Amino acid sequence: MYRYMLLARRTDERSWILNRQGKAAFVISCQGQEAAQVGAAYNLRPGHDYVYPYYRDHGIVMTLGMTPRDELLALLGRREDPNSGGRQMPGHFSSRELNIVTASAPIGVQYPQAAGTALAFKMRGEDGVVLACGGEASTSGGDWHEAMNLAGIHDLPVVFMIENNVYAISVPEKFQVAGSIAGRAEGYGFPGVAVDGNDVLAVYEAAREAVARARRGEGPTLIEARTYRMTAHSSDDDDRRYREREEIEAWRLKDPITRFEKYLLEHGVLDEFQRDELDEEVKAEVKEASAYAENAPFADPDEGFAGVYAEV
Amino acid sequence: MATKSLLQAIHDGLAEEMRADETVMVMGEDVGRAGGVFRVTQGLQEEFGEARVFDTPLAESLIVGSAIGLSVNGMRPVAEIQFADFIPPAFDQIVNEAALFYYRSNGAYNAPITIRAPYGVVPGGALFHSQSVEAYFCNTPGLKVVAPTFPADAKGALKSAIRDPNPVLFLEHKKSYRLLKGEVPDEDYAVPLDRARVHREGTDLTVISYGLMLNDVSRAAEKISVEHGIETEVVEPISLYPLDKETILRSAKKTGKTLVVSEANLEGSVSGEISALVAEHAFEWLDGPVRRIGGPNSPAAPFAKPLTDAFVPSAEKVEAAMLDLARY
Ligand SMILES: Cc1ncc(C[n+]2csc(CCOP(=O)(O)OP(=O)(O)O)c2C)c(N)n1
Repeated sequence: MYRYMLLARRTDERSWILNRQGKAAFVISCQGQEAAQVGAAYNLRPGHDYVYPYYRDHGIVMTLGMTPRDELLALLGRREDPNSGGRQMPGHFSSRELNIVTASAPIGVQYPQAAGTALAFKMRGEDGVVLACGGEASTSGGDWHEAMNLAGIHDLPVVFMIENNVYAISVPEKFQVAGSIAGRAEGYGFPGVAVDGNDVLAVYEAAREAVARARRGEGPTLIEARTYRMTAHSSDDDDRRYREREEIEAWRLKDPITRFEKYLLEHGVLDEFQRDELDEEVKAEVKEASAYAENAPFADPDEGFAGVYAEV
Repeated sequence: MATKSLLQAIHDGLAEEMRADETVMVMGEDVGRAGGVFRVTQGLQEEFGEARVFDTPLAESLIVGSAIGLSVNGMRPVAEIQFADFIPPAFDQIVNEAALFYYRSNGAYNAPITIRAPYGVVPGGALFHSQSVEAYFCNTPGLKVVAPTFPADAKGALKSAIRDPNPVLFLEHKKSYRLLKGEVPDEDYAVPLDRARVHREGTDLTVISYGLMLNDVSRAAEKISVEHGIETEVVEPISLYPLDKETILRSAKKTGKTLVVSEANLEGSVSGEISALVAEHAFEWLDGPVRRIGGPNSPAAPFAKPLTDAFVPSAEKVEAAMLDLARY
């Protein structure tokens, strides 16, 4: 899990560098949310279970099997981008092999789709599980409630994970969320758990229980992972307009990666030498991926307008 | 061949597809025990069970969104929107989601769903039970919009829609459900979604129409043939998006005169697109202006009977326009 968190972080950092160099038009970042993402995804069976991630879920897709190379190909919009062949903006994940379902930009649309996918598992009596994620603002829209309701009515094998990172672009949680997100699950008749989203082990535990429950046919779970987005909303956003530097600094002290690293060092799972070695290895992989992606070709212009309809 | 109503034909099409393919399922509001508010799905739940004839909560975005998710995970859902008028909450799931799955995933995901929606003016239906919504959707690459009129075509086109790997919006003119009857083949057959149907051959003018208006057009065509010796070619697009441009243009060029008739609001309509197509690509063959008849630019048919009647173009108006254009 530590490795995936690191991989997501270093790839993300590289994305910002490519953006500053004028090579990447748009970055949508996962920094600060890696624990929630990796902790949850670590419980899934890639290619069997389905995932509906949202645009920040770099940690999820990498845990499932996407690589820094895949990520950077998408960032630069190259033909080999496995998500969309350079058609969509970065962060719109898709992989048929990994059952990562093609993502969209309108907030919240994935939840009814996730419920439908879970319904298909239930209809066939299979033990597949669906994980659907989004930010706290995605709970403001009707689609989220509609999906929670359907999942609750039919005990569908779906786990909704809300990564509550406090801001929806500039709008803080207090103007976006009435009451508690986790508390809402009760109204739909299934468990809601609030968990420290910066604690990878806590999220792993919560998701493990939720996934097991879904696999046993006992129905959905809502997980609210409290975390913080450490970067601006995107590379087009200036977060100085809406939040104090001190607030970010305070959250930096709770950085989920340093926190987990400290835990691993203290418990003798990792020593400093191994840590440095792993970081070097991850950095080298990201560097190689970046070079590869920068040199990879774009799709031909006419390819960009074909493939609108599927053939029989 | 048996004579069947449009409603029966659609019902039979659903039942046959469900028997032939166990991934085909029907979902929507009241489709289960009640058999749908129009009774299109009557008896299906008894035969196929509650899971495959699935009563959803009243939430249109959810109906289409969950249908997409089902299709991603191996099912072939046929989602019913109880009345086309209530489709706007599902608009995003249709045009941004289902229609774009294939393109945006570069061919990795498709969304083989069928969305059935009863549309069109019915007596007493008024503003929110009478709308013709096709124009909203006929500008969305990745989506197919079909609106067959007669029972045999509707059954065959529904089968094609269900088997199609793309999302298909399947529009059913609700006043036609019990009104239009016709012979429906007993054997399994499919009507292709990409071909317009030429119902009547003619040399003097082309009338392109769909929905219940097509019925008026066909009658008028027979009448003016007998009374005036004017021969009308009657073309039904079947697929409103994408259009079968070839068949439409062939007919427009052959007769040199084109009239487009539907009950939808005229401005920004499918009729407008058909007219533009003919004007743009058959101009040199034309012997008269391309004309259109449609509903007025008011929201939808009003409730009171005289007002409803005034909304839908009358058979007399259609006939007069045909004669006028033929004599141009
Ligand atoms: C339906 C819709 N409206 C507006 C937007 C523009 N938009 C993109 S992200 C975003 C904020 C989302 O916040 P949240 O769900 O909390 O996730 P976060 O970005 O904070 O991780 C907005 C308003 C959108 N993508 N979709």
